[in-house]
Amino acid sequence: MTRIVNLSRRKMLKGMAGSGLILGIQFTGRSKAAGEKEKAALAGPPANFAPNAYIAIDQNGLVTLTVHRSEMGQGIRTSLAMILADELAASWPRVTVRQADGDAKYGDQDTNKSRSIRLFYTPIRRAGATARQMLEVAAAQTWHASIRDCRAVDHEVIHIPTGRTLSFGQLAKGASMLPVPTPEKVRLLDASSYRYVGHTIPSIDLVPMLRGKAIFGADVAVQGMRFASIERCPVYGGKAVSFDPKGALAVHGVERVIEIPAAATPTGHLPLGGIAVIANNSWSAEQGRKQLKVQWDLGPNATHDSTAYRAELEVAVRKPGHVVRSAGNFDAAFALSAKKLTAEYFTPYLAQAMMEPPAAFAEASGGKLLVVAPTQDPQGAKTAIVQFTGVPESDVTVRPTLLGGGAGRKAMHDFLCEAAWLAKTLSAPVKVTWSREDDLRHDYYHPMCVQRLEGGLDKNGGPIAWRHRTAFPSLAATFQANATTPDADQLGEGFTDMPYLIPNLRLEAASVPAHMRLGWFRSSMNIPHAFAICSFIDEMAAATGKDPANFIEIYLAGPRKIDFKALQVDYPNYGGSIQDYPVDVGRMQSILQLVVDRSGWGEQLMPRQGRGIAVHRSYLSYAAAVALVQVSPEGELAVQRIDIAIDCGVTVYPDRVKALMEDAVLFGINLTLGSGITVKNGAVEQANFDTYRIVRAHLTPEIHVYIVPTSALPTGAADPGVPVVAPAICNAIFAATGKRIRTLPIDVTELHG
Amino acid sequence: MIALRINGNAHNVDADPKMPLLWAIRDLVGLTGTKYGCGIGACGVCTVHVDGEARLACKLTVEQVSGKEITTIEGLPETHPVLRAWAAVGVPQCGYCQPGQVMQAAALLKQNPNPADEDIVKTMSAVLCRCGTYPRSLTALKLVSRGKK
Repeated sequence: MTRIVNLSRRKMLKGMAGSGLILGIQFTGRSKAAGEKEKAALAGPPANFAPNAYIAIDQNGLVTLTVHRSEMGQGIRTSLAMILADELAASWPRVTVRQADGDAKYGDQDTNKSRSIRLFYTPIRRAGATARQMLEVAAAQTWHASIRDCRAVDHEVIHIPTGRTLSFGQLAKGASMLPVPTPEKVRLLDASSYRYVGHTIPSIDLVPMLRGKAIFGADVAVQGMRFASIERCPVYGGKAVSFDPKGALAVHGVERVIEIPAAATPTGHLPLGGIAVIANNSWSAEQGRKQLKVQWDLGPNATHDSTAYRAELEVAVRKPGHVVRSAGNFDAAFALSAKKLTAEYFTPYLAQAMMEPPAAFAEASGGKLLVVAPTQDPQGAKTAIVQFTGVPESDVTVRPTLLGGGAGRKAMHDFLCEAAWLAKTLSAPVKVTWSREDDLRHDYYHPMCVQRLEGGLDKNGGPIAWRHRTAFPSLAATFQANATTPDADQLGEGFTDMPYLIPNLRLEAASVPAHMRLGWFRSSMNIPHAFAICSFIDEMAAATGKDPANFIEIYLAGPRKIDFKALQVDYPNYGGSIQDYPVDVGRMQSILQLVVDRSGWGEQLMPRQGRGIAVHRSYLSYAAAVALVQVSPEGELAVQRIDIAIDCGVTVYPDRVKALMEDAVLFGINLTLGSGITVKNGAVEQANFDTYRIVRAHLTPEIHVYIVPTSALPTGAADPGVPVVAPAICNAIFAATGKRIRTLPIDVTELHG
Repeated sequence: MIALRINGNAHNVDADPKMPLLWAIRDLVGLTGTKYGCGIGACGVCTVHVDGEARLACKLTVEQVSGKEITTIEGLPETHPVLRAWAAVGVPQCGYCQPGQVMQAAALLKQNPNPADEDIVKTMSAVLCRCGTYPRSLTALKLVSRGKK
């Protein structure tokens, strides 16, 4: 339900468009508890509603949407404005957006896990519809006409019998005096009348981005600002014992050297601590930093070694783990199987390596703290800043800039806390810039993961037994000491919801200690889980000699929905209700068929050329890909073509969804041919893009994107394309060469003729 | 003081002669369209033009470019065909690497108005993008060069 209140007469919106119609929207979820709250709220006075997004229409007719979600390339600022413009019957050139500060009044601002459209498609529609109806009433009152004769069309209201019109600007004041229609009186337009949603229009941020005018975190600057570069302990959990600032202070432009305290380990969202060099420009701060002499206590993780850790995880998956889901009797069925398969898969630690490394600006004045930064979660950042600086929440403002990529890294708040702490301590505006080396060496890493799959086929080649064990350090360990129990959300990312219908099934998760600061990543644990499951089903198909697409189709065994209740599994489902967003294997089959039909699947191939296929559900959306690769006898891998399809429900901004699929293809190729993060003596071995390779334009394959036309509820688009790409490529390599890739990134030396 | 000529304007900057041009442009001159991505000349997001050629601002010192004609993304004419093509194709996603892509493309076209596909791929491979805009930047650059033929 969405409840909308008219705020025009409440002086809540300082600094917004003068007089006119301003609507605050309260969004509530669909849970029972939320429903009860909603009822209670409806009974109370409107002052009880804490709105979470604002629509303003000024007397010039300019419509402003306050966007409370962060823009990191997914196009959310444009998408939300499109939805609003359509339901408001507004004209696109007269709709603008402003970015919201972090504030609980907006509701959820944590822009993560591909859920902005899922959560806000309907609420923004309702907000637009409410405003439209009020403008129509205002026009009817002005004309003393029947409301039935007044209709909002293209930024004005028309009196149908006479053809008279009043513009939104002319009506704004009158509408602001009106009571807000109750939710049941709000009528949404038929989506077929939409002019923007579902169509291609240029992004709101396009021109500033192309002209170098778009403001990212590192671009914020004010007069008198200081520049900080921070030396941190090479090992997570270590601390500075002592430091000598003399060399740094001798560098031209360096003004101060100051120690930022380390938060207690696990540090959660708080800083690692370190020695900050403050200068009058970024370069001097960095040069000064090179002259620092710091003695570190490296702490308990100083022996962490990624090779040894991999071996530890391998041991873990060869033993029984915590049972996540079970059906039938795996052991008995496996023992009776005519053919048995076992495979172990490895995916490394990864760094998001967004093109914009973490950066934050902060200013302290008059007891107030302003932090401006590329954050995915300005409210969460505020909480962390309050905790770290001791400044009361009412005195802290967190303002998101555009994000030069997010991928989960910017959902963490350590870098904002550093800037806030320095601004408060120095009583000066300050900008903290992370170097690329800082970014790669002090990241919140995507967890390393080892998985073991064992499968049994009956004499007809049908899979009758499936055991999947996964071992990875829990993300919970970033926030709670000694957390080793697998995180249910991480397991929910493609592991617990294994889609194949196999009568004897056992899914187990190992408990392992964490030694690195861990965080979210684009598609997160769907990457390892889809890699293993989509590869192993292909291994099974190969063992039977059946066409993999056909084999997948048969053992998805749809149409059906996974009944988690019957399985006694509490599936997190990305926070979405399982009734509204079931795990619908029928949709997986449809999308699989789509890429089979369009990709040339089954058509003739050259020698050492092969096609591979993968299908996966994540973030409540469905994706499938077919990869076409060729491997030269020298072992050179060419990913020649990727066909990728997505079913993400109603598509608001198709061109951006298409771009996100192209993006997913490149991101997925990077998982196969880019670099992983390795650790020796507790320290990350990669430093910059010379050692942490990112795929470049010359590896771009031919890409075909298909978006399933559907009226299903809108679901995620930014993450779900990624997981299918790497397994499709690896399955294609198998088809081309007979070599099975079970380790990412691919060791191309293994691909020799 | 080091004399820099950026986008047709003279700037005297109080910088160590060894300061990379990137930081002089961003911190001292205050033009933030030129981005930092790696500082080692590997990612290309800091691409500017020096005397008309694409150069990486993180790998040039201010003393090396004093007296030369420097153009940043802000100095590229609004009507530049690369900007028009990038807009028409809808290349940017997060937008951070876009100044680097655009400046690389513009320099290539200046040098060779009809580049072969392999030149286009080579040029666009100079800039890293984590949003996977490569298919679109390649398409856009091909569009401009085709349009000129």
